[in-house]
Amino acid sequence: MKNLMIKTWFKSGTPWVWLNAAAVSACLIMVVGVLGLIVIRGVGHFWPSPVVQFSYQEKDGQIQTLIGEHVDTSITPAAMAKSTGHIMADNEETLVQYLIKSGNRDITGTDFRWILKRNIQQQQVPDDLMVVERREWGNFYGHLVAVKENGKIVAQGADAFPAAQTRIAQALAVFKDIAHLEKKQVGAVNYSLEQLRLEQKKLQLENRWDAAAEQRVAAEKAELEVAYKAYQSQLSGLYQQIRKDSLVAKTENGTELEIPLSKIVRIFQPNTMNLFNKLGHYGGKLVEFLADDPREANTEGGIFPAIFGTVMMVIMMSIIVTPFGVIAAVYLREYAKQGFLTRLIRIAVNNLAGVPSIVYGVFGLGFFVYILGGNIDQLFFPESAPAPVYGTPGLLWASITLALLTLPVVIVSTEEGLARIPKSMREGSLALGATKLETLWLTVLPMASPAMMTGLILAVARAAGEVAPLMLVGVVKLAPTLPLDGNYPFLHLDRKFMHLGFHIYDVGFQSPNVEAARPLVYATALLLVLVIVGLNLAAIIIRNNLREKYRALEG
Amino acid sequence: MTAQQVRTHSIDMSSVLRTQKKNEEPNEVCIKVENLNLFYGEKQALHGVNMEMPKKKVTAYIGPSGCGKSTLLRCINRMNDLVDNVTIEGSILLDNENIYDKSVNVAALRRRVGMVFQKPNPFPKSIFENVAYGLRIQGVNDKRILEETVERALRGAALWDEMKDRLNDNALGISGGQQQRLVIARAIAIEPEVLLLDEPASALDPISTLKIEELINELKEKYTIVIVTHNMQQAARVSDYTAFMYMGELIEIGTTSELFTNPRKKQTEDYITGRYG
Repeated sequence: MKNLMIKTWFKSGTPWVWLNAAAVSACLIMVVGVLGLIVIRGVGHFWPSPVVQFSYQEKDGQIQTLIGEHVDTSITPAAMAKSTGHIMADNEETLVQYLIKSGNRDITGTDFRWILKRNIQQQQVPDDLMVVERREWGNFYGHLVAVKENGKIVAQGADAFPAAQTRIAQALAVFKDIAHLEKKQVGAVNYSLEQLRLEQKKLQLENRWDAAAEQRVAAEKAELEVAYKAYQSQLSGLYQQIRKDSLVAKTENGTELEIPLSKIVRIFQPNTMNLFNKLGHYGGKLVEFLADDPREANTEGGIFPAIFGTVMMVIMMSIIVTPFGVIAAVYLREYAKQGFLTRLIRIAVNNLAGVPSIVYGVFGLGFFVYILGGNIDQLFFPESAPAPVYGTPGLLWASITLALLTLPVVIVSTEEGLARIPKSMREGSLALGATKLETLWLTVLPMASPAMMTGLILAVARAAGEVAPLMLVGVVKLAPTLPLDGNYPFLHLDRKFMHLGFHIYDVGFQSPNVEAARPLVYATALLLVLVIVGLNLAAIIIRNNLREKYRALEG
Repeated sequence: MTAQQVRTHSIDMSSVLRTQKKNEEPNEVCIKVENLNLFYGEKQALHGVNMEMPKKKVTAYIGPSGCGKSTLLRCINRMNDLVDNVTIEGSILLDNENIYDKSVNVAALRRRVGMVFQKPNPFPKSIFENVAYGLRIQGVNDKRILEETVERALRGAALWDEMKDRLNDNALGISGGQQQRLVIARAIAIEPEVLLLDEPASALDPISTLKIEELINELKEKYTIVIVTHNMQQAARVSDYTAFMYMGELIEIGTTSELFTNPRKKQTEDYITGRYG
């Protein structure tokens, strides 16, 4: 009887519905889990956590004061702890360890350490504990003693912190001016000087280097040098201004340290901050993360160049891949005689989509960079030899390599789009005296444009997340300049660039300070996902508009 | 609706008689098909067709499905060129010029011979752009000329009053009957000499069909019209001449009244009396 019930239950198809539902749920849970983990770990990084002062008993029995942020907790079973050399009491079932970010790398040599919970004698959160974010050596944790101007103390005790903050705000403004001056103005002068040098060399190579040219170049050079000198004096004034202030701070064990304000990004006392202070701090850190250049081997500061590089590369890739893919698809579908050859080409194209991406990287390096780029250098840039211009990995080659990688997707979906255009549309156009080309251009291609966008969406999704080939053809861990700037010709396709995907790899696994970098990996990963979602969303919105416009296909 | 129109569409014989009267004038030949054979690969679809279609008259092709009437129609503007593996022998003379001559520009030919298909196929563009399409591909971009032509064509297709306020709407948003008339407007906007209609009303409701038929009656003042139809009553209502085709052969052609009242061939008689087809 029961057997029969199960049999009918199976026959009804219900179990399969449940199975499918379970599979869908599992997929959804995984996706949500991935995003959730990244969001929680990444978003939490910028929130100011309290700084704790521990009284900690070291292995030799001495009691020491430790200051730091509690970052992580690890719980190890007793047996495992014993095997790694910890002495365990019989009644202890687990060994609890805390990871403390204690900063002060310039003094202690490390800025993270694991401590045993059972050895903590006492822990408290004093209000006056201060965190100093520095441009070098990571964070400093300790107590503020005094603020100095030109070596003389101007504020100490309770007045010190507000005084320090106003002075830091001034110093930051000066620092911004310096950075702007160095990067933009001095950078432009240097760029022009380099262009002049190349021009001189070029004229010499072509035997056109005569007195007139020499005079002109010399005059321009002199002009630039005057400008350079002016900037230099301006800069040295600013440097003097920024260097005059410093603050004196005391570490946990009483060592006093003088930190120049020029090396400080911000100071804050997390233990006294209320919710609004914390929100403000969080917003500031977030803006810094999105808009600033990285510091300290990419483990601090922002990732703006990486965001910029990623978006730029994807846009370049789209510009390159779309016309090629569409033209190839139009030829295959509309002009080529369908037969063995076209079938062979289609198989090849589909297989191209399955080639591992690193292979494209190798191809890009070997063909685009060395052969194409090398020849371009020889033909057009002999003056800059032996330094390569295009004969070295750069944005252009990375974009072309990725365009090649994503070409099959665009071809296939465009072809499908073309195949879906009803014959009646073509006939309608041809019957009005349009040639095949006119029909394609005026009727068929616009109607197939949503399909092209679909191809592009898939291409963007693939290209934005691709890292392996980029490492060979243009991505670097730190690019000094953006590929787009104010120096003619503005778009520098030969430059190397930064990329979010590679940034994650570099920060997470190549960094000298892995513990400090780990939260950044999550934050960067979240950003990469957001960038890809943003790019895709833009493409999807365009596609939906096109679909709305050409919805004849549904009719 | 006027009484005359009602009569036209209510009973066949009246219109047959009307067309009969008109046909007494001498006719100038517009299209002449000579010994036309057409093969789809190995299969022969048209067998030695010979016929003449007079200028500014309506010629209807009737016959059972697959008899080759659409194929023959599509030969007149060389639409069959698009089909793979098609071989065409013989010639079709349009104003005494062989359209299958090597020197003929197919696009130019299709400007002279417009075509309307079974299913309305407006482009997914605005109504205005649909009608202006033919002019645009001829390189006409003058806004005034375009507007004038669109209005003339829409008036010609009896669509102007319905469409004048919504010229910028998407053409796919109008009804099927309106779409078909829009397609006719699109075809006459470039002022062809001949208009080929491939079962233009078969996808439409009776009212829309009526309007299309009225339109055909008006259009023959200016254009030579060839129409393929399944509906014999329609052929009787709208055409001056009727050709009956069967199995890729032209069985009989004559004035519509003659063919329907007094067919010469037995096959024709069988078909029009509904014995097969």
